Amino acid sequence: MNEMLDSISLEALKAGDRETFARLVDETSGHIYRVAFQILGNAQDAEDVLQETYLKAFNSLADFEGRSSLSTWLYRIAINEALMLVRKRKPQTISVDEGQAEDDPDSEGMEIVNWCCLPEGELLSSEARQFLDQAVQNLPDSLRVVFIMRDLEGLSIQETSQALGLSESNVKVRLLRARLNLRQEVSAYFGGKMQEEARR
Amino acid sequence: MSEHQQSPQCQQLLGSLSDYIDGELQAELCAELEAHIQDCDNCRIVVNTMRKTIELYQQTNPPAELPGEIRERLFFKLHLEDYLKE
Repeated sequence: MNEMLDSISLEALKAGDRETFARLVDETSGHIYRVAFQILGNAQDAEDVLQETYLKAFNSLADFEGRSSLSTWLYRIAINEALMLVRKRKPQTISVDEGQAEDDPDSEGMEIVNWCCLPEGELLSSEARQFLDQAVQNLPDSLRVVFIMRDLEGLSIQETSQALGLSESNVKVRLLRARLNLRQEVSAYFGGKMQEEARR
Repeated sequence: MSEHQQSPQCQQLLGSLSDYIDGELQAELCAELEAHIQDCDNCRIVVNTMRKTIELYQQTNPPAELPGEIRERLFFKLHLEDYLKE
């Protein structure tokens, strides 16, 4: 969403101009809501995070130093809000900046099934969509957030590291783990479907 | 369905898989991996299914548009209701 903010005056925002802030909200809130929804998996929680993000942003705009882009700054506020909510719900959940992310990815037991050739109708069936959504929700928070920012929101590694307050190498490790984990789940799912089909 | 038997080249591909898929791998390493993928069916499947998994996730997600009623509640919460119609 970076390019959409080019026409928004940071000076006006910092001066508290409400019309400019309304434009910022309109240009960015779809992305912020989508990220919150993907992290939380719940529409009401996502809306709470959305509102809290812009309340916080409005109150802290004067302190915004521009070390990252405005959009990355907004993402960061939203992610922190969303993760706080996740922690409240699941106190045992590890923080995004903790965990053993530096380990090599697991290399054993990878599912090798070539499901890419399945018809689009099957790949995008409502059951498959539901499975994929759940698989993303089942990722550990520390991996899910990286995956969402990179593969849904399209942030670069650098932007993702700024939005999450992680090193770039850590973002890369987490992204790889998230992608491998999801690929594994999805391959097992479609592999099962192909076996069912073959038995018929 | 089978499980992937790992060679050192397979292991190297696995570690660089994200960078490779994102087109961010150094040219020399990229050429090495591509040569390996030509010969290794399992790694080719891993690369293709990972790409496809990401693609499916992107396809199944709705565009980043805020539903009208959520936008309205947000604008009221932020006392921006004067700008709702714009």
